Amino acid sequence: MSKISQAFKNGKAFIPFITCGDPDLETTKKCVLEMVKAGADLVELGIPFSDPTAEGPVIQEANERALKAGTTTDKIFEFVKDLRKETDVPMVFMTYANVVFSYGSERFMKNCKESGIDGVILPDLPYEEKDEFLPVCHEYGIDLISLIAPTSRDRIAMIAKEAEGFIYLVSSLGVTGMRSEITTDLDSIVKLIRENSSVPCAIGFGISKPEQAAKMAAISDGAIVGSAIIKLINEDKDTAPERVGEYVKQMKAAVVAKTE
Amino acid sequence: MSENKKGRFGIHGGQYIPETLMNAVIELEEAYERIGKSPEFKKELSELFNDYAGRPSRLYFAKKMTEDLGGAKIYLKREDLNHTGAHKINNVLGQALLAKKMGKTRLIAETGAGQHGVATATAAALMGMECVVFMGEEDTKRQALNVYRMRLLGAEVVPVKTGTATLKDAVSEAMREWTRRIDDTHYCLGSVMGPHPFPTIVRDFQAVISEEIKTQIMEKEGRLPDAVLACVGGGSNAIGTFYHFIEDKDVRLIGCEAAGRGVDTFETAATIATGREGIFHGMKSYFCQDEFGQIAPVYSISAGLDYPGIGPEHAYLHDTGRAEYVAITDEEAVQAFEYLAKTEGIIPAIESAHAIAHARKIAPQMGKNQIIVVTVSGRGDKDCAAIARYRGEEGIHE
Repeated sequence: MSKISQAFKNGKAFIPFITCGDPDLETTKKCVLEMVKAGADLVELGIPFSDPTAEGPVIQEANERALKAGTTTDKIFEFVKDLRKETDVPMVFMTYANVVFSYGSERFMKNCKESGIDGVILPDLPYEEKDEFLPVCHEYGIDLISLIAPTSRDRIAMIAKEAEGFIYLVSSLGVTGMRSEITTDLDSIVKLIRENSSVPCAIGFGISKPEQAAKMAAISDGAIVGSAIIKLINEDKDTAPERVGEYVKQMKAAVVAKTE
Repeated sequence: MSENKKGRFGIHGGQYIPETLMNAVIELEEAYERIGKSPEFKKELSELFNDYAGRPSRLYFAKKMTEDLGGAKIYLKREDLNHTGAHKINNVLGQALLAKKMGKTRLIAETGAGQHGVATATAAALMGMECVVFMGEEDTKRQALNVYRMRLLGAEVVPVKTGTATLKDAVSEAMREWTRRIDDTHYCLGSVMGPHPFPTIVRDFQAVISEEIKTQIMEKEGRLPDAVLACVGGGSNAIGTFYHFIEDKDVRLIGCEAAGRGVDTFETAATIATGREGIFHGMKSYFCQDEFGQIAPVYSISAGLDYPGIGPEHAYLHDTGRAEYVAITDEEAVQAFEYLAKTEGIIPAIESAHAIAHARKIAPQMGKNQIIVVTVSGRGDKDCAAIARYRGEEGIHE
């Protein structure tokens, strides 16, 4: 069992996302530690990219702020190493294929292992192209997380069968960002995933409110939240760790409550 | 020919896109194989090319330019004479017809200079489809006339404010829009880039350029040219100009990139000269980027060449040495823009002027019995106000 799967072993998981270096790495660190204290089961760390094509405006702007602040892949590896001294929560990177490719996939995955990253999510790497990074991921014991979308249909079984770590189920069409309601028939997608894989499945995109998280977690193994957290941080960085911690606590409670 | 079945050109190409879009590109590929390659489709498209777009475009012997430069004979492939004023219409008519037959009712597109946007808006009007065009806010200012043309044709123009507010950001936003709305929408990509099957489909629709050149030059000269030249941003008019000559090894294929203020400055868009291998906008190819893979904020006076990447087939033609890529500065392009206007009475698009500029460099060094074909990919009306500003003339409105 990979370290990522352990994040799901105590029931439904709450998975927060944060863009590293938005507005600075010191704030990111404080926020991550508060999130863990508040019950986050797995943390998604975004490495900023200049042109994040799968993101809505909130995370796009976070990427811009982080890059403007001088955040680089090297600095993030140092940051993770530092963070690892204070927490053993499973952590995955979420970034774009070019960030990994340009760094050198071998060097990237080696640094992931050495700094304590457990998996990598690349939204612009579909099933057909995963061999670009999979061999080197396996060489260093890094899980390459698969995404399944509302449009995946006949592709679900194929993707689920080879999935590792956890499956990231995209709740809706479009890019990341808060939505007032999620209308996709996720039940039937999750059912198909379960028939083909024993890897946990968490739902992300569009979730911001406790009741949404509870609903998503009820039909899957967990809920992923990004934009809502980025928004909280951007409101005021000094009080961000505390407010983010409080938010995660509420969300975690909502996610767990539904299972009891 | 040079691509394998997974849409690879050597190591370049591929499908690096979100899972949400995968079934859409698979569906497109199947439709292209089934419908797009059928004789009925080809006949229908050929009629649109001829009766609507005004093909075949002329191959014009530029006598004064030839005499002035004193070397190779120069022919101009007049894509600027096509309906809507550029080669973009070739690809758009093909894709719009295919999309219509696939049951799509809405076209979305990115545009840089506005020529692809205008062409898409035109095809949408012709075929009774809805149309939304994404254009960098910076470009909506540089190309205000084309924004008006698109609106006049019934399209909605969405100014893109993110990033550098130019072509790459317009592509990103069009991709985002496609993930939002797939069922009724076809993304009419404007160049030989993006995920497979776009580089192949767009190339096939643009290949009419070299197919015609070949016939026309055989009629006029009884032999193939020594070199064919075209400007390269993503590279659609260039691949169209090269395609039917790839197997003719004696024909030099020369792509002219935008050097902006120079390849030794950061204000450049010359991907082959300054970029390196990367993965972006759905494809593996060469990209201008920093050491951490952040895409560079490129610059060129030409909004249509102001793109940090190049199509995967060009990357492959570069790797194999089959095609040469040269970089032309803003100043050289502007001089060529003015030169062609004064010498031949043809105002080329500032994009196409990059190819004219290189012809001015190489023609004098070639023999009088040699032949160059330069593709004039578009007309330059849209650029007049910007070039006047570049030359310090104020007060000229679009």
